[in-house]
Amino acid sequence: MSVDPRQHNEDQADLLPSKLHGADVLRTAVVGLRTRKLRAALSALGIMIGIASMVAVLGLSESSKSELLAQLDRLGTNLLTVQAGTGIGRGSGELPEDAAAMIARIGPVEVTSVVSTVDGANVFRTDFIPEGQTGGISVQAVSPDLLDTLGGTVAEGRFLDAASSTYPATVLGSVAAERLGVATVAGTQLVWLGDQWFTVIGILDQFELSPDLDRAALVGLAAAEKYLGDDNVPTAIYVRAEPAAIDAVMGVLAATANPETPEEVEVDRPSDALEAREAADDAFTALFLGLGGVALLVGGVGIANVMVISVLERRSEIGLRRALGATKRHVASQFLGEALLLASVGGVGGVMVGYAVTWAWATWRGWGVLVPPIAAVGGIGAAIAIGAVAGLYPAVRAARMSPTEALRIG
Amino acid sequence: MSGEVLALRSVTKTYPTTPPVHALGGVSFDIASGELLAVVGPSGSGKSTLLHIMGTLDRPTSGDVVIAGHNVSHLSDRDLSSLRSRHIGFVFQQFFLLSGYTALDNVADGLLYTGMALADRRERATEALRRVGLAHRSSHVATTLSGGERQRVAIARALVGRPSIVLADEPTGNLDTKTSDAIVGLLEELNAEGSTIIVITHNREIAEAMPRSIGLRDGIIEYDTAGMPVS
Repeated sequence: MSVDPRQHNEDQADLLPSKLHGADVLRTAVVGLRTRKLRAALSALGIMIGIASMVAVLGLSESSKSELLAQLDRLGTNLLTVQAGTGIGRGSGELPEDAAAMIARIGPVEVTSVVSTVDGANVFRTDFIPEGQTGGISVQAVSPDLLDTLGGTVAEGRFLDAASSTYPATVLGSVAAERLGVATVAGTQLVWLGDQWFTVIGILDQFELSPDLDRAALVGLAAAEKYLGDDNVPTAIYVRAEPAAIDAVMGVLAATANPETPEEVEVDRPSDALEAREAADDAFTALFLGLGGVALLVGGVGIANVMVISVLERRSEIGLRRALGATKRHVASQFLGEALLLASVGGVGGVMVGYAVTWAWATWRGWGVLVPPIAAVGGIGAAIAIGAVAGLYPAVRAARMSPTEALRIG
Repeated sequence: MSGEVLALRSVTKTYPTTPPVHALGGVSFDIASGELLAVVGPSGSGKSTLLHIMGTLDRPTSGDVVIAGHNVSHLSDRDLSSLRSRHIGFVFQQFFLLSGYTALDNVADGLLYTGMALADRRERATEALRRVGLAHRSSHVATTLSGGERQRVAIARALVGRPSIVLADEPTGNLDTKTSDAIVGLLEELNAEGSTIIVITHNREIAEAMPRSIGLRDGIIEYDTAGMPVS
C-alpha cells in the first residue's frame, strides 16, 4: 500500500466527526455521580449549606421586614410622645397643666391623650406585701382615650371609660399583670394600690410603641385625684397627627407644650425605634449573607477537590473514553457536567432547605413567610456558577491527560 | 472482503526522556481486511507502543500509519478521535468496564461518541452481547460478572461499532487457561465472520495458534509469518 501525502483532504472527507449528545453528557454525569454516592452527597452538601444559609437569611430578613412594615402600618408612624424632661437643667418632670389643650390646638394634631404619673403610689397584690417590693410597677393616671391613641388592645376585661375613671378601678399593663400574678379579671380581682383596694377591670396586651405602660397600673384621672391625691399634672402626652404633617408637628411640639422652657420637653416618635430596628436588621442581613457566601465558596472548593480526586482516580476511564473516540472536549464536558450536576443538586437542595428554615422560623414567630424569588433563582444560579468554576480546572486536566498515559496507569 | 485496513511504513517512536528511549526502530507491515494475527514479543519489546500507535492513541516519531485509508499524520487530534470512534475497537487486559453500568450499557458506550441515539446504541449492543454469548447477562452490573464474562463484554464493546480493526491488548492476560482458550476461540469465530483482529500478546502459544504472527524484539520486527504456510 502506497502512502501519498496528497491524500490529506480525502482522509478527512469520509471521516464523520465524533459526537456526544447533551442528553448523553447528563446521563454520563448522573451515572458518574451515582457510582460514588457518598462522596457526591457530601460535596453537594457543602454547596447546599451555603445556598440554604443565604436563602434563609434573605427569607428571614424579608419576612421579618414585612412583619415590621405590617406592624408599622398597623401602629402608624404618626404617634408622637411629649414627655417632661428630668434631671438638672432638664426640667422638673412635669409639663404645664394646659399643655395638652395647647397641643390640641395645633392644626394637624388629631388627638391627644394625657398620662400623669401618680407620685408615691405603688401597687401590690395584697396589703401584706412589704412596701419595698414594688415590682417596678408604676401607677399612671390616664384619660379613657389613651388606648385608641396608642392603638393598644385589651387582653381581658375592658379599658377605663368615663364612669370607671371616677372609681377605684385599675387596668393593668401586660407586664404589671404578670408581676402581680393577676391572670384574669373574672370574679372580683383586687389589688392594693396607694393604701386602698382597687378593682382590676382589665388587662392589656403588650403596647408595641410605648413599653413603659406595660409596667404600669392605669387609673382614671378623676380617681387618681380623688383617691390618690394626684394633681393630674401631665408627665407625658401622646399625640396623633396627620402623617403628612408629622415633621412640622414635631418641630413645634416642645414650644407649644411648654412655651416658657421648651428645652425641658422631650419629643419622640416611637416608630423611629422600629425603623431603626429594621436598619439594624439590614446590617445583620448583610453580615449573614457574607457568611453564607463564605460557606458557598468553601462548598465550591469542596467540589473542586472532589473533582480533582475523581479525575486522578478515573484515569483508566478517561483513557478508555479516548480509545472509544471521545475528543478532549467530550472528556472535559463529562467532568464539567458532573461538577455542574453536583452544584445544581446542592443548589436546589439548598433553596429547599432555605425555604424550610424560613418557613419554620417565620411560622414560629408568627410572621408571614416571604422568600424573595431572587433568592431562589439567584441561589441556584450562584450554585451553578460555583460548580462551573470549580469543575473547570479538573475538566481541563482530564481533557489534557494523554490517553496512553491514562491507560498505562489504569 | 480484502485490501489493507492498516499499513505501517518505517514507523519509529522515541520517547524524549534522558536518555531517550527508542521504543520502535522502523516497523513496516500491512494488514489486510479480515486477518487475524498476533503481535508477539517479550516485555520491553515495544508491543504497547505499537498498540498505541496502531490505535492512534499516540503518534509515531517518524514514518506513516494508514488506517482504513486515512493517513494518521494528516489528522488532527479531533479527527483521530473520530477515526477511533468508527474504525478501531479496543480490548484491554484489564477489561476497563465502567463499574456503574450494566453489561448492556458498557457495550452501548462503544457507540457513545458516534452520535447514534441511545435506543439504537442499545439495540446494537444487545445484538453484540448475543454474539459473544452473554445475552442473558445484559442487565447485570459489570462488577457482578466473572473475569471471562467481563472480557466478553469488552469484546462486544469493541465490536459493536463494526470497526475496521480490533486491537486486543493481552486479552487473556487476566484470565485462567480455560477461560483464555474460550476467549481465543471467540476471537477466532469473530474473525471467521469477517472481523480484522490484532492480538498483542507476550504469549507465544497464543501467537502460534494464530494464522499470522509478527514477532517483535527491541522495537524491530524479528519475524512476520505473512505469506508463510500456516502449520
